[in-house]
Amino acid sequence: MKMDKYETHEHDVIVIGAGGAGLRAAIEASAQGATVGLVCKSLLGKAHTVMAEGGIAAAMANVAPEDNWETHFKDTMYGGKMLNNWRMAEIHAKESPDRIRELERWGALFDRTKEGKINQRAFGGHTWKRLCHVGDRTGLELIRTLQDKGIHSGIDVYMECIITDLLKDGDKVVGAFGYWRDTGKFVLFKGKAIILATGGIGKIYQVTSNSWEYTGDGHALAYRAGAELIDMEFIQFHPTGMVWPPSVIGILVTEAVRGEGGILTNSKGERFMEKYDPERMELSTRDVVARAIYTEVKEGRGTPHGGAYLDISHRGAEHIIKKLPSMYHQFMEFADIDITKGPMEVGPTTHYVMGGVRVNAETGESTVGGLFAAGEVSGGMHGANRLGGNSLSDLLVFGRRAGLGAAEYANQIDSNTLNINNQQIAEHEKEILAPFSNSNGKNPYTVHQKLQVIMQNYFGVFRIEDKLKQGLKELEALINDSKVLSIEGSRIFNPGWNLSIDLNSLFIVSEAAARCALQREESRGAHSRVDYPESDNKKWNTVNSVISQDGDSMKLVFSPLPEMPDEIKSLFSEDQ
Amino acid sequence: MAEAVLRVFRGDSEKGETKDYKVPVEEGMVVLDALLYIQANYDGDLAVRWNCKAAKCGSCSTEINGIPKLSCKTRMDSLPRDEPITVYPIKAFPVIKDLVTDVKWNYQKQKEIPPFTPPEDEEMIMYQDDVERSQEFRKCIECFLCQNVCHILRDNNAKDSFFGPRYLIKIAELDMHPLDTVDRSELLRKEAGVGFCNITKCCTEVCPENIHITDNAIIPLKERVVDKYFDPINWILSKLKED
Repeated sequence: MKMDKYETHEHDVIVIGAGGAGLRAAIEASAQGATVGLVCKSLLGKAHTVMAEGGIAAAMANVAPEDNWETHFKDTMYGGKMLNNWRMAEIHAKESPDRIRELERWGALFDRTKEGKINQRAFGGHTWKRLCHVGDRTGLELIRTLQDKGIHSGIDVYMECIITDLLKDGDKVVGAFGYWRDTGKFVLFKGKAIILATGGIGKIYQVTSNSWEYTGDGHALAYRAGAELIDMEFIQFHPTGMVWPPSVIGILVTEAVRGEGGILTNSKGERFMEKYDPERMELSTRDVVARAIYTEVKEGRGTPHGGAYLDISHRGAEHIIKKLPSMYHQFMEFADIDITKGPMEVGPTTHYVMGGVRVNAETGESTVGGLFAAGEVSGGMHGANRLGGNSLSDLLVFGRRAGLGAAEYANQIDSNTLNINNQQIAEHEKEILAPFSNSNGKNPYTVHQKLQVIMQNYFGVFRIEDKLKQGLKELEALINDSKVLSIEGSRIFNPGWNLSIDLNSLFIVSEAAARCALQREESRGAHSRVDYPESDNKKWNTVNSVISQDGDSMKLVFSPLPEMPDEIKSLFSEDQ
Repeated sequence: MAEAVLRVFRGDSEKGETKDYKVPVEEGMVVLDALLYIQANYDGDLAVRWNCKAAKCGSCSTEINGIPKLSCKTRMDSLPRDEPITVYPIKAFPVIKDLVTDVKWNYQKQKEIPPFTPPEDEEMIMYQDDVERSQEFRKCIECFLCQNVCHILRDNNAKDSFFGPRYLIKIAELDMHPLDTVDRSELLRKEAGVGFCNITKCCTEVCPENIHITDNAIIPLKERVVDKYFDPINWILSKLKED
């Protein structure tokens, strides 16, 4: 088969994705003595981590001396409706404070307490004030710190490079293949271990807080390489996205607004959270608040643009501009609303996928040899619903662990034993170049829009069997109808070409989410079935949904949750 | 529905021309929405760099009606509709394609700045008043608009002798960190070329994060260099030390 020439780079460890998890993994693998190549779709420092606003959760006990890892662990498990991988939640709660202290030694400047320690704020589902923060731009602080540390750690960074396929030799991964966005030329990254840190899947929906990058690349690469995906029915709809004007629908309004005392009301002026969670009110978990807002709107008590009012103006202009500066500017500039004077309008927006690559809690290794995953692309840590602030800490804790795991794995592999399958590369090249020569194929932009409509209509905040079945049928039909795509232009920086390749990933994660949602006949965390409104603690609280590739079709099975040891179980007994 | 015409640069570093596109305008729409509309409906290969679409990542810098801006933050209703809205790539960096430029030079400069280095084993106690100066500069989203308008880089292309405002505030941020231990004044004076800046404040004007680049970072840095290298008393003292 005729092949395009491609350049080759070789490292011990290849990291795909340069958000918080990817950068932290790369830094760790490098510190362990591995040579590291870090490949990212965008420019360095632009990954979706910059969008994280409210803070990073860790039981530092700087503001609430009562806080400890056990409480953070239990909050995380309760928030995840006990579906979390308990060991990941335990490691996360124990190691987060060290990861933050380390970040500070690398230059991060968090907001301070009067005693000169890192300040912490309240957030939904967290018992104590636990979120370290920098105003409402915590993610930017995190990524910039890791970026600065990373570029001085001897890591080779390959920016604006898109990985489209993983290469295997027998049952282990040996490389990642892709192309440079600026030239369109192909490139092979040969490596002993590969870490996926590609983030989430939000772009399968119309209304999302996620950027164009969030197309489920890592989920799909892992799936196609034979790895398992778990919990794909659990997609977090953040309760507060912007709902007006149309141009900004879905853009995130940080939970820190509620953490700082923001109040939710409906069009009748009722503080409706009293009905849904009288104890925690606005600081209930995201799944509960999202359903509450959705229900208020559906029952006719929504705001003019179909949301709820969120008001923080009672905290005074000075406090708001100091603690929520980017929210202030966001509403002022995009919606002509001064949040120091009046309420915002907010509604649910697709924000985060709890599901992802099934990994070993200690090392981040997937079920495929040499393939690791960390951050949003991995599954298990957050169970059925993630608590705010637990994502940034997840990135650091498990980014580091995946870096360690991958470096250790790579150390045991002799690079001469890595065989690249040129036949696989040739077939893959042909496949992804096809849209340039197809005539009368579908337009990838149109196909993507249709996909988003299907996912939004049938797989949203509330789900019901008839609609899930109808949605799955329409999804299958769309996938079938979109086998032949056509694009225009050259291979140089061509977003249409890029989208035509992304669609493969978008389809895989959409189908996985749809199949899992249909199968799980109960409501738990972010997965709300109108036809099964209760959690079924006999059948469903003990199993993960597991997706894998079976020939040309997608296989869905259930597997039991990892068993909790007695000393961990006993942490919960006192609460019952 | 109201309509606007966008006159967009299409081409590469060798050649190019503008192309007009008619785009429907809805309430609150920004220029980036219009560019994405063009991609989805007219030319799928229009190269645009963007990510967050919420003015937090600094990817979508362009020149709109001649003014350097984030396209995600520029509302269509802020622009006159009676003539086409022009959209060009930022000028200080070489064009790759259409609105996308090669900004790698910036990342090279960043690598040349010695990183934050705290004292060994010291607990990181810092007070809010002391971290706020550096926090202002850490708001930077690296959109490179300041680099783009700085006439030393834009008009004189002096990229071999001047780091530009972005990396001067980076140095300022590290220098003003309460616990940093590195002296970067030699770098500032020589490689970073702080002396080239003649304080026209163009960078401050375009900063989407409203960072007071000139007043709060560059001027203090200039003073530091002057104190260290050009203050006569210091100069005599350092000479005596050398002897």
